[in-house]
Amino acid sequence: KAPDPTTAQTKGKPRLLLMGQRRSGKSSISSVVFHKLPPSETLFLESTARIQKDSLNSFMEFQVWDFPGQIDIFDNPNFTFDMDAIFGEIGALIWVIDAQDDYLEAVARLNTTILHLQRGYPHINIEVFIHKVDGLSDDYKLDIQRDVTIRIQDELSDQGVENAPVNFHLTSIYNHSIFEAFSKVIQKLIPRLGQLEAMLTNLCRTCRFEKAYLFDVNTKIYIATDSTPEDMASYEICSDYVDVIIDFTEVYGSWQRTQQWRDRLEGEPWDQPLEDQVACEWAESGMVLSDAQRPIMLREVDRFLALVAIMKEGSYDKMPQINMNVDVVVKGLTEFFEITKPKETRINAQSISSSAAGNQN
Amino acid sequence: QLKKVKKQKVLLMGKSGSGKSSMRSIIFSNYLARDTRRLGATIDIDLSHVKFLGNLTLNLWDCGGQEAFMENYLSQQRAHVFSNVGVLIYVFDIESRDVERDLATYVNIISALVQYSREAKVFVLIHKMDLIQPLKREEVFDHRVDVVRRKTAEAVAIVRKQKPEQQLQHYHQQHYHPQQFATSSPMTPGALIRDVDIDMQLFATSIWDQSLYKAWASIIHDLVPNLSVIETQLASLGVAIDADEILLFERTSFLVVSKWSGPEGERNPYGDRFERMSNILKSWKHTCSKFTGTPRNAEQFSDFEYKMGSNFSMFVTKFTTNTYILVCMPPGEARFNSARLNVAAARPWFKFLDGPAVATSSS
Ligand SMILES: Nc1nc2c(ncn2[C@@H]2O[C@H](COP(=O)(O)OP(=O)(O)OP(=O)(O)O)[C@@H](O)[C@H]2O)c(=O)[nH]1
Ligand SMILES: Nc1nc2c(ncn2[C@@H]2O[C@H](COP(=O)(O)OP(=O)(O)O)[C@@H](O)[C@H]2O)c(=O)[nH]1
Ligand SMILES: [Mg+2]
Repeated sequence: KAPDPTTAQTKGKPRLLLMGQRRSGKSSISSVVFHKLPPSETLFLESTARIQKDSLNSFMEFQVWDFPGQIDIFDNPNFTFDMDAIFGEIGALIWVIDAQDDYLEAVARLNTTILHLQRGYPHINIEVFIHKVDGLSDDYKLDIQRDVTIRIQDELSDQGVENAPVNFHLTSIYNHSIFEAFSKVIQKLIPRLGQLEAMLTNLCRTCRFEKAYLFDVNTKIYIATDSTPEDMASYEICSDYVDVIIDFTEVYGSWQRTQQWRDRLEGEPWDQPLEDQVACEWAESGMVLSDAQRPIMLREVDRFLALVAIMKEGSYDKMPQINMNVDVVVKGLTEFFEITKPKETRINAQSISSSAAGNQN
Repeated sequence: QLKKVKKQKVLLMGKSGSGKSSMRSIIFSNYLARDTRRLGATIDIDLSHVKFLGNLTLNLWDCGGQEAFMENYLSQQRAHVFSNVGVLIYVFDIESRDVERDLATYVNIISALVQYSREAKVFVLIHKMDLIQPLKREEVFDHRVDVVRRKTAEAVAIVRKQKPEQQLQHYHQQHYHPQQFATSSPMTPGALIRDVDIDMQLFATSIWDQSLYKAWASIIHDLVPNLSVIETQLASLGVAIDADEILLFERTSFLVVSKWSGPEGERNPYGDRFERMSNILKSWKHTCSKFTGTPRNAEQFSDFEYKMGSNFSMFVTKFTTNTYILVCMPPGEARFNSARLNVAAARPWFKFLDGPAVATSSS
């Protein structure tokens, strides 16, 4: 677990607040998305007793606060919460509703919360995760979403609140939906997102890619994509691709090679340091689907980010050209994030390359 | 010369609901773990012929585990079921409430097996381990292993003491007085274990992780014909291309058929990497199938390469008709390209994996 961040460190970092009824799935969500817990093992999670604060070092530093379900921060006889400390920073409130349970009370509490926030902290986005929708039919999911939406909007307009920033997502930890939902939530917190999207759109045009994503490798959240329509299937395959690469890296990249190994590889007939024998110092990968010979490629951008793109049929022959174009975009992306990122993050980070003990430093 | 395909009779047994059909469907029919919730109970015996490489066919007898069926296998169908068995896979559900009864049935099955197929190998899978808390898994498994070994020894000892014509009769006695049987052996465990000469391996398994691939790779490993030839060839290839590790997978199940590690590869701290690779590639195949909309059993990808800067390089590629090969090697562009050419050039050495083997034993 990450140490409890001091107030000085937490300043200026976007904050994601996870709230909702007990057993609605908040801790499961945060463990699966941010700590890679296999979904099936969430069955063994204990109920959260105190606010669990996680600080995540990524392309952008942000915090995740997991609230115990039984605490009502707006109406607590034992405790008064420092509202500014909780809601003062820019961020999003994620309200988790268990779709497999009776959700009326959850919706009522959510309504109270929205009304409170509208008064004091209208800049906070409210993201409702209608959760545990695995095992529910598509029709039923949409019914629930409609019902919850109506109940919230009716209550808000009765109270004279219009256009509150409330969004709905159907989620489950057993598939990609939870990562997709987080992607949407986080994208709203990225400054100059439009510029990133334009870079990816451009890349798709010059390289004839079908779809390109910029992934945060550690969480598999995508922080930008090109301007072609959203497509869940493309997101899933690209996200699983990142997973495969992470797994390969862990299995084959995580032990320190011996000096003999290096000496032999750098001696006759190569006569070059290993670093000079490679074409690219960052992780790069390509894969060809049997159907229509469609390639998919992955390229690490920096310690946190990877570009993943699905190419058009039969474009495997053009790889050298594509690689050149990708290099240019990667350079642009690196510069983009250099500006956004505070210095210290660049040092103590984890990524595909740095997790491999091998030849770092 | 006679060209024959080696056929192996494989019995899959265990109590109803223990997970036999689930495992079989995941390994050989590309089911996802969650799809197995839809499987109904197997009625009687579900026989399937699984072609594994070009020269091995598994005759898989998935034996429905409801009590009435089990009794029937042990009595009327005894000779039919237990003759000529190459491998028995026996599955225990770790969550089962009635362990004593499960063990009594197991003892009956082992007795019948030893009676009709003395040479058969036995694999005992302690299954659904995902339902046990991660920290307790090892302890629970170790305990179960002890019990199963002791019971196996008892079963074997009983058969050894009997004349053949008594054995069926013994089953009948057994069957009507299971309690009496469970406590009937006063021998010490030590003495019993020396008595056992059946070839038995135990595995902790779950359909939700790679443990399944470890168990099933061990099961098929000894059945593959010409294994030593494959191993020798892989080793020569590994040395020739300067690899750190090479894995050969069967193309549908993605079980590891054979592997080779160089001196550096041997230092890899992940002892479970082979089954992990099976699991990773198999789920990748599912992902592709979902994306392309082509059937799960169809070939999904032909080539995969990954260069991790100056750490390592690897590729997974279609090799022979029935196999994929994975090569992990040191970094370097030139080294990588020449390894790829050499692997392509080595395909003919492994052609025998595709055709029926020449004059192998069959049952
Ligand atoms: N939790 C968990 N459930 C499993 C596992 N393996 C199988 N199951 C579930 O157990 C149930 C029964 O599985 P089957 O494979 O049909 O059982 P079977 O042994 O073939 O049963 P019979 O055909 O009646 O003998 C299914 O709902 C599976 O999804 C496992 O490893 N863990
Ligand atoms: N079916 C299903 N169960 C889930 C999902 N997410 C969480 N759960 C289960 O819900 C239960 C409560 O989760 P937990 O995270 O402890 O809830 P919290 O009290 O809100 O933190 C656990 O048993 C989880 O396994 C989901 O997406 N689908
Ligand atoms: Mg069955």
